[in-house]
Amino acid sequence: MKKKQLEEKVFKVIMIGAAAIILVMLLYIIGTVLYKGLPSLTWDMITKMPGGGFYLGKEGGVLNAIVGSVYIIIGALALSTLISVPLVMYINFYLPPNSKFSKVIRFSLDILFGIPSIVYGAFGFALMIYLGIRASLLGGIITVGMLIMPIMMRSFDEVARLLSRDLPDALLSLGATKYEMTKILLRQLMPGLMTAILLAVGRGIGDAATVLFTAGYTDNIPVSLNQPVATLPLAIFFQLGSPVAEVQNRAYASAVILTVLILVLSFSARYFSSKFSKNKI
Amino acid sequence: MISLDQQIEILTVNPVMATDRTTQLRKVIKNHTLRVESLDVYIEKQHILKDINLTIPEKSITCIIGPSGCGKSTFLKTLNRMHDETPEVRISGKVFVDDENIYDKNINVIDTRKKMGLLAQRPCPLPMSIFDNVAYGPRIHGTRKRKAINQTVIKYLQYVGLWDEVRGRIRSSANRLSIGQQQRLCLARGLAIEPEYILGDEATSALDPLSTKIIEELFIKLKDKYTVILVTHTLRQAKRIADHIVFMYLGQIIETGTTEEFFSNPKQKLTRDYLSGSFS
Repeated sequence: MKKKQLEEKVFKVIMIGAAAIILVMLLYIIGTVLYKGLPSLTWDMITKMPGGGFYLGKEGGVLNAIVGSVYIIIGALALSTLISVPLVMYINFYLPPNSKFSKVIRFSLDILFGIPSIVYGAFGFALMIYLGIRASLLGGIITVGMLIMPIMMRSFDEVARLLSRDLPDALLSLGATKYEMTKILLRQLMPGLMTAILLAVGRGIGDAATVLFTAGYTDNIPVSLNQPVATLPLAIFFQLGSPVAEVQNRAYASAVILTVLILVLSFSARYFSSKFSKNKI
Repeated sequence: MISLDQQIEILTVNPVMATDRTTQLRKVIKNHTLRVESLDVYIEKQHILKDINLTIPEKSITCIIGPSGCGKSTFLKTLNRMHDETPEVRISGKVFVDDENIYDKNINVIDTRKKMGLLAQRPCPLPMSIFDNVAYGPRIHGTRKRKAINQTVIKYLQYVGLWDEVRGRIRSSANRLSIGQQQRLCLARGLAIEPEYILGDEATSALDPLSTKIIEELFIKLKDKYTVILVTHTLRQAKRIADHIVFMYLGQIIETGTTEEFFSNPKQKLTRDYLSGSFS
């Protein structure tokens, strides 16, 4: 009896400890970023471009990086949605359930999912050299698009797989073609697609390694696809490497901006996915 | 040879002979029969339906009964070719709908499904408004005119007795209806594609007694215009509404007959055992 009670206690402590470590980690990261970043987070940081001597601690902001990150993620999202949606609809509703091909696709997605972002960066860089593209907005969009594609596909696929067979059967028995059926199913799956998109955005917008070689960096906002573009993760990276204390603090302020951006996106993803599961029941 | 349509056209042009003979001609050449000949269905290596031969009488209700797993639903799915979606299913034999074998190579599966209005076990409204649910079928089959669609929607909602209940919220989501109302909506949706046959796959098993009664009454009303084929596992329901009974057991048809004959004087021992509740 004693042994059992001890067992119970030990495992309870381990589990609570694990939960505590996660919480402390999260609070420590957010705390550090806020503690170091908030004092430097001025209105200028968000609304101004880097001025002359910005990297020596003089006036300016990271508007170029904020806008650049948004540009890249919008482009990457358009690219990956265009490829993800047809693929997921195909393996779920065109192919018979448990077909070999869909298994191969899902397995490939799992592998792509696990590839580190720096490898995508290197691959994107190699691809750009082959195509003759310089470090630019286009290069960044393609590479980030490749990074978030498997994330989007995998999470959208999970939702599509959960869809009951009743709806496709109902549509087919009304004499709908597969394409007509797919259009209605997509409508039903829209909240799931939103969740997938938001998850992908959260992952893509914060990644530094993919844009390191492919997007370049600039103090301006690009006006065409083949101009280099600044991004928030790289803005943090460069500012943090500066010997000037003020610039270092600005790196933390940029981190606050990026974190808030991602938090907002993940909370809305959560909101959409819970709304979706309510609809399911 | 001139085709049926041409003949009808000629007759229609000549007003003297028109209507009467036109309908007659349609009846003779295109009598609405459903005939199944030596149908075998395999799912992977399992032999699910064994040598089914059956003629379904038109403009009446035929109930297919039998214990679970006897192949009732599988049989129903062969009638509108829903097995096309599952490649493990292999079908041999012939199913004649209006004298055309629907498993013939040059038969368009969409046309076959259009002839069959299916009412599934659980109602499954499309993710759109009540109006659009009923309008969906006519729309995908090419009706564009708004007036025609409005008329169709109202006609079939009235037919299933839903119009008065939903007329104020026709544009709101179909998911807000009660489950019994949803099932009637699904029936209206199926009727709007103007089928010739109504298939029901345990269409009342998810419903409460009152909704079940409404649906059963609708089936009885439907048999004036359509040939109704229902799969059911409640004997009492079959007794209440069927004109003809088909009893299946382990993938075979054991006995068929009119309802009265079947229940009062079953010929097979298996049937008698089933009716007396020895197995279910």
